[in-house]
Amino acid sequence: MQEQAQHGPTGEPPEQGAPVPDAPEDVPRPTATGGAAPDAPASRPTAGPADGPTNGPSEPGEQEWRGVERALLSMRRTVLLTVMGVLTLATALPLALPLGPVWALPALLWPAVAAWGWYALGRNWRSWRYAERADDLLISRGVLWRETTVVPYGRMQLVEVTSGPLERRYGLARLQLHTAAATTDAAVPGLVPAEAERLRDRLTELGEARSAGL
Amino acid sequence: MSTDREPEGPDGPDRPDGPERDAAPQEGRRLHPITPWRRAWAPIAALVVFSVQDYQRTRAWAEELTLGWLALAFAVVVPLAAGYGFVSWWVTHYAVTDTELRIRTGVLFRRVAHIRLDRIQAVDVSRPLLARVAGVAKLKLDVVGTNEKDELAFLGEADAVALRAELLARAAGIAPDAAPEAGEAPERVLLRVPPGMLTVALLLMGSGWGFLAALVVVPGFLWWASGSPAAALAAAVPMVGGAWMATVGRYLSEYDWKVAESPDGVRVDHGLLNREHATVPPGRVQAVRISEPLLWRRRGWVRVELAVAGNGGDTLLLPVAERAVAARVLATVLPGVDVAAAVAAARPVARRARFAVPVWWHGYAHGVTDAVFVTRHGRLRRVLELVPHAKVQSVRRTQGPWERRLGLADVHVDHGANGSVVARLRDAEEAEAVVVAQAERSRTGRRTARPERWLT
Repeated sequence: MQEQAQHGPTGEPPEQGAPVPDAPEDVPRPTATGGAAPDAPASRPTAGPADGPTNGPSEPGEQEWRGVERALLSMRRTVLLTVMGVLTLATALPLALPLGPVWALPALLWPAVAAWGWYALGRNWRSWRYAERADDLLISRGVLWRETTVVPYGRMQLVEVTSGPLERRYGLARLQLHTAAATTDAAVPGLVPAEAERLRDRLTELGEARSAGL
Repeated sequence: MSTDREPEGPDGPDRPDGPERDAAPQEGRRLHPITPWRRAWAPIAALVVFSVQDYQRTRAWAEELTLGWLALAFAVVVPLAAGYGFVSWWVTHYAVTDTELRIRTGVLFRRVAHIRLDRIQAVDVSRPLLARVAGVAKLKLDVVGTNEKDELAFLGEADAVALRAELLARAAGIAPDAAPEAGEAPERVLLRVPPGMLTVALLLMGSGWGFLAALVVVPGFLWWASGSPAAALAAAVPMVGGAWMATVGRYLSEYDWKVAESPDGVRVDHGLLNREHATVPPGRVQAVRISEPLLWRRRGWVRVELAVAGNGGDTLLLPVAERAVAARVLATVLPGVDVAAAVAAARPVARRARFAVPVWWHGYAHGVTDAVFVTRHGRLRRVLELVPHAKVQSVRRTQGPWERRLGLADVHVDHGANGSVVARLRDAEEAEAVVVAQAERSRTGRRTARPERWLT
């Protein structure tokens, strides 16, 4: 079942220097000087026992971005090719059989869509990444519509690992975070089950240590 | 009235050795005996609605109906309905234990709800007109994660008030033995909205006039176009409903608005025919929305809504008030929040945002004070939204392709009342800094927050 993809189990960060114009390079800098935002609560002496030496904003160096498994890309591309293949046949055959093969040419639209989708899925896959920081989890994704989500560990109400039949076939699992806000939309698809479970346990543990209610 | 209520120590399984309460602890108290009557007339109402909706068929059907059939139908339907109402009343019990309110209900499908008192987000007591005549009230509890408010309907009026006081006392962390006798916490009236001010405010709102105008224009046009008054009437009926809700209904509901402060939190009482009461305990407010309709601005009036976790949606705090008064009330509801400072902190967006949102860009603004995350939007109707840092659940930064071209990004802040507040069209670099700083503030802001049991 667990057919590992070419990647290592922890999923190396995707190649950042790829010649994709939209590959996200603007990593949020935790040390940014806040602009006009007065940082009063953060500058109070708040070093509680739960924080220990890791209090304060994390250093950029320790913020380690991780990508998602390449198997996710393979899975999505396989699904894309299957759907487009079926659509091509479903369009071409009813046209070609009664009217002649030339009439089947419009069905070539689907392979064109598939080619574009192939490329778009690749860019989308490269855009997915996450980083565990000292106090929160960062998830960044999207090529055209980019989204970066920050969830403080103390706000996690529930961490969920799911894996559908297709995902299991590719040895993948999906991590979903829930906070008290239903609008929080934080999920990492395409993790190796072991990594997903490690992350779940770590997040749960950190969440307990820093727990805060509503 | 007050049939089953005994003002004594906590019942429930925690006190199995209570005097002569061997069966009662499991069962708890029953609702007011008038409750079945509410349910008894539901089938009759359904019958009426059905005949109104399908008038032609009902008339044809009614012509064949003899008096005997009618009597038979009533002889069957009414006792059945009454029986169902009675049984469902009979099996519904509630009990207050040290930490929970337990509600057992359901005839065929049993449902037992255990509501943790320290997780109660708001307690409402509502008294619809008929219930007021009968001297009963409905008690509603807002709890996070439920789809609808759990309600106890109906209780005797005095019972409802006493139960609310007891629930709040226990939720506040008063010693369990003292809780039933703690009684109503003293309250200090912060504000009453005079009827004249409410009238003027509603007259100056656009929505009511819009409905009235539509009520004249649309059916008139339909009549002219189709030549049949029936079509015009069919279109008019739902619009009359809308117009009523926006004008008279709103006036009736917001009449005699009273906001009071008590150790149990902020209390809101309102309504002319249906009296409603809401208590929002301290620390339950997730976000505040202050809106200023266009025509109110010259008078400096605002409307204030609170977002509370649970399914209650937004709780209206002030239907209309002067800006300074609203700021004063908010300062007691959310200690440490200074509205003037929040307004001052909001900085407008960069000029290039006009390419992203042509006319309305000017309304967007965002800022941060040491207590709240502030956003403002809207050009005609200005809306200022505040989220205390301690209530921020997660922070997101989003950027569409066009925004990226302009070097802009949006910052979303999700709070616990199933909503999010968006600071739109910020400079992209600023947005990144805001996201990181806000996550940090959200984390540290929690430490200064008050405990969930607010009197401990």
